[in-house]
Amino acid sequence: MNAAYLIVALPFAGALVLLFAGRRILDPVSGWFATAMAAGSFVCTVIVWSTLLGRPSTSRSVDKTIFTWMPVGSLHVSFGLQLDPLSILWSLFVTGVGSLITLYSIGYMRGDPSFSRFFFYLNAFIFSMLILVLADNFLFSFLGWEGVGFCSYGLVGFWFERNSAAVAAKKAFVTNRVGDFGFMIALFLMFQHFGSFNYSVVLAPLASGHATLANSTATFISIMLVLGAVAKSAQIPLYMWLPDAMEGPTPVSALIHAATMVTAGVYLVARAAPILHFSPDAQWIVASIGAGTCFLAATIACVQDDIKRVLAYSTVSQIGYMFLAEGSGDYQAGIYHTVMHAFFKALLFLSAGSIIHALHDEQNMKRMGNLRKYLPITFPAFMVGFLALAAIPPFDGFWSKDEVLAAAWHKSPVLWAFGIATAFLTAYYMSRQVRLVFWGKSRWNSAAAAHGAAGDTGIPLSPAAAHGSAAHGSAAHGGGEPHEAPRTMTIPLVILTVASAFGWLLNANFAGLDFINKWLAPIFPATVATPFTVSTGTKWILGVIATLVAFGGLFAGMGLWRRAVDRPELEPAFLAHAWYIDEGISATVSGPLARMATRFSFVVDAGWVDGLVNGVGRSAAGAGRQLRRLQTGYVRNYALAIGVGTAAVLLYVSMRAGS
Amino acid sequence: MTTTGIPLLNIIVFLPLAGAIVSMLVPASAAKVWTRPIGMAFALGELAFVAYMVADFPRGKAGFEFVSSHSWIGQFGISWSLGVDGISLFLVAMTALLFPVAMFGPSWKGNPRSFLAWMFLLEAACMGTFLSLDLFVFFIMFEVTLVPGYFIVAGWGGNRRNYAAMKFFLYTFAGSAFLFVAIIALVVLDAPHNGGHQTFSLITLAKVSSSLPHADQVLIFCGFAVAFAVKIPLVPFHSWLPDTYTQAPTAGSMVLAGILFKLGAYGLLRLGLYLVPRGAADMGPVLLTLAAAGIVYGSIVTIMQKDLKRLVAYASIVDVAFIVLGFFAFSSQGVTGGVFEMVNHGLTTGAIFFLVGIVAEKKGTLRFSELGGLAKATPVLAAIFLTVVMSAIGLPGLNGFVGEFLVLVGTFITHRWWAVVGTTAVVTGAIYMLWAYQKVFHGPSLGSDAKVTDISWRQIAAVAPLLVGIVFLGVYPKPFLDRVTPSVNYLLAHVEQAAPNAHVPAVTTRHVTFNVPANQNVLSTATKSSKVAGGSGSGAAGTAKPAATSKGGVG
Repeated sequence: MNAAYLIVALPFAGALVLLFAGRRILDPVSGWFATAMAAGSFVCTVIVWSTLLGRPSTSRSVDKTIFTWMPVGSLHVSFGLQLDPLSILWSLFVTGVGSLITLYSIGYMRGDPSFSRFFFYLNAFIFSMLILVLADNFLFSFLGWEGVGFCSYGLVGFWFERNSAAVAAKKAFVTNRVGDFGFMIALFLMFQHFGSFNYSVVLAPLASGHATLANSTATFISIMLVLGAVAKSAQIPLYMWLPDAMEGPTPVSALIHAATMVTAGVYLVARAAPILHFSPDAQWIVASIGAGTCFLAATIACVQDDIKRVLAYSTVSQIGYMFLAEGSGDYQAGIYHTVMHAFFKALLFLSAGSIIHALHDEQNMKRMGNLRKYLPITFPAFMVGFLALAAIPPFDGFWSKDEVLAAAWHKSPVLWAFGIATAFLTAYYMSRQVRLVFWGKSRWNSAAAAHGAAGDTGIPLSPAAAHGSAAHGSAAHGGGEPHEAPRTMTIPLVILTVASAFGWLLNANFAGLDFINKWLAPIFPATVATPFTVSTGTKWILGVIATLVAFGGLFAGMGLWRRAVDRPELEPAFLAHAWYIDEGISATVSGPLARMATRFSFVVDAGWVDGLVNGVGRSAAGAGRQLRRLQTGYVRNYALAIGVGTAAVLLYVSMRAGS
Repeated sequence: MTTTGIPLLNIIVFLPLAGAIVSMLVPASAAKVWTRPIGMAFALGELAFVAYMVADFPRGKAGFEFVSSHSWIGQFGISWSLGVDGISLFLVAMTALLFPVAMFGPSWKGNPRSFLAWMFLLEAACMGTFLSLDLFVFFIMFEVTLVPGYFIVAGWGGNRRNYAAMKFFLYTFAGSAFLFVAIIALVVLDAPHNGGHQTFSLITLAKVSSSLPHADQVLIFCGFAVAFAVKIPLVPFHSWLPDTYTQAPTAGSMVLAGILFKLGAYGLLRLGLYLVPRGAADMGPVLLTLAAAGIVYGSIVTIMQKDLKRLVAYASIVDVAFIVLGFFAFSSQGVTGGVFEMVNHGLTTGAIFFLVGIVAEKKGTLRFSELGGLAKATPVLAAIFLTVVMSAIGLPGLNGFVGEFLVLVGTFITHRWWAVVGTTAVVTGAIYMLWAYQKVFHGPSLGSDAKVTDISWRQIAAVAPLLVGIVFLGVYPKPFLDRVTPSVNYLLAHVEQAAPNAHVPAVTTRHVTFNVPANQNVLSTATKSSKVAGGSGSGAAGTAKPAATSKGGVG
């Protein structure tokens, strides 16, 4: 079990080395080094997983304390790792997908002047994410929670010379801090009620049924934790930062803003399940947030033109499904969907990165088209990701989404209705995307020319652009053809394609293949998640409806976007502006707040508070002439007088004392 | 009490004074070459003695160590006595660390002899304030800090330095009038309870002043509170601060913000809570409210600042409000967190002002409208700046979080809604610090950065000790907390005994024996204390386990 330490130590060491020596380790060595660290961490996770697997299911929880962090009175917090089915499952896909994306980045970031800085952040991110999931208490987990937020800040703002990237990074961090406010209040409540943050003290007695929690306490703690979770996982009402975070390099979007970090909220809710169990209200809140978010984000995704923004809204929407499942009481379904989503969304983002790379930083789908002829590996990869996300059988998304929808149906048909409507929209916007990108006429010649013009402003958009114009000078000026990416980028694509096509076998609900359900069973006993069954007949009916709806959406998207590229009637302005929510908040909240703050700073503080002080000073000093004397050295003399006087007094008393 | 052959604390107070005198005595012809090395030797020597003291300080003990006491002006009960406990220990250490960095890190123009002399005088006065166990000595030292403070700002400051220095001096001096009156009142009123003998000894005063009438205690505490609120400064007594810090030279801002702030906060604990606990408990809610209001008000005002140095100055108001919030939570976590925040703020703000000074050198301006994209030309400076910014924001793993979290959790268990208001700072703090960072380092570069060079090795070496402290205290604060908490619990037991209705959840005096020398014990007999504790043990605190009690006894 000591391999557990290596799980977190390897990426940590990697980050340290790259931080201090990164500028001496050159491209691409630092990339390979970071990949090796991430992969080593994955291997260690597998070792720990297989060790745990060898034990009876009731004793698969190991606590490893590292050292004491904060001991003050009754507060005692340690750095410690808890190896249990939930944390190890998360670690497996974080390190697994993380290694693949780090490998991919070697090719994607080639030629970037800050190559090593990028891989420092990637390793630091994997380390923080592992702390988040492996910690044995809420406060240590909060350290990882903030760590991933910091890495996200550094990576979204990686190309900081672009103002939009710098602003997006700050927005992401500050929005997450709103959630942290909730998380911290939850921690305070926890300390007050349990006197500890340790899972073994707070959660274990609740989970085993030896303790109960008052409904109000459970509700308060849960709501505050959920506030933290919705910020990290970009759910209503704190989802606006995620689409903007697409300013980061595409591998970052794949790793952090799709596969791993944004699922931290899902992890937190699952981890806190024993507390939520005592608050039906909080469960309803989680389910409603999930249902509302998955529908809202899907509607916005239908009209986006930027290939990454479609995927970003899709991520928000899919995480909504995970929350929906958790709120409905089927944590396994939510986690199943999380893992499947990690596979296919990472695949989609990496493929999108490959497309963007091939087109020299073109991200507008309306300037793509016909790419299936040029990208022989990316095209099938993207198609598999698309089918998995659109929940077309037999790909990943179909199976996990089915379970989510069955759980939602059991909770309430209204929740299910939101879910099924989202399923239609998902298939629709994804087929629209595929249509615009891979079929139709090639529209990227004009785009490349436009890019050439943009390049003149002197702001490099990405290393791929720099690399592209160096290696394929003609491409930047309108000629040249899109080409497939190097091997480091295509290998991860192939692996993730296989995972997206067959990953569902990890938890298939037939033939005893439900590995994930069985693995997680000790975490979610009946005392945590009241078991329920949806009859097989109902499941079949729901499944058939979902499949028909998915195909409906697929044909709608494929059909409607067959020819024309600009169809304003299908892209209403209120969706393109994301229901005007961001603008609305700016107008109604941010504006008045800023005005109030300005008033405080320059009227109240500088005028009243300081004015009062100066006024008192002025009247004390008498006339303005007196004041001028003060300013021109009177105080200086006064200060000297104090100094000399003090010295004289001290001298006098010390002589007296001596006698 | 640790006995060492050398009068350690006297050396710590007088060595900087010697440094001041020696730097003045360097002949003018040799000043350019020799002043700095000589000053460096004194500053590092001081640091070495302080390091020895920290290493030798026993953990688990609540009383004053290394006590050195000499009768001085007998008929007034004034003595020259020094001592250090867990609360002052790390303030002294932080002072000894920050002064060399401030003296030799930033560059400054002008006469090196007088600059170093003023700095050393300031260091000696700060050390004296933190270490004195006599109110008279405390007051002298506390006041003397104003003199070098004034001359450093007025002599080496910015364009409006005279206005700023005057404001700083007059404002804090006016506050000191209250301190003076309160001290005299306390000494005179306590004399009848001390067998008719006047005394300025902190320990004796703490023992007897609980017999003072309630109203007297409140009035005396108010006198202390006003004086220290100006010095700290607490909103609404803060308006001298932005001008002073903005106009002060980099070295001046570093020590003013890093250490002079703490004199006020330390005074609140050592004089306010220790000497008139009843008054402190009664007025606690007022100070809590001022602190919570200061956090919100300070954050709002900080967000709108248009100048980097002014923004950092205003951000300090928020940080010190946290310290006061923790103190008057009257819980072990809150007060310990407050003490931790004092040290944090010295490290973090010291580092920030140092880095701000470097930015000013490179770009010649600190207005946000004229800055941008500096990270391109100075990646290392940007990385260090970001680390310090994250410490200020309270990123877990760095020191800021430990202090902030302890203060907030300690306040939450006794005064829930004040803590909730204080917690908003995790959002607003991120807004203004990241906004500032973005304006300076991100975006397209403004102006010509072609000639801008990255931070030099000398500057890295200067800031490195602060960075090490920031990371170390964030990851492994245990050695620190183990030494601070016993003294804090002892102080809280004292407060609880004097004012049984104060909420002191983590400490109850029942069955507690603190590891303090008999002649320092200010807690009354066990029977009395257990009776007292019976009434207060169940407060708002109820659910938090009073496990802290064992801490003091172990040692």
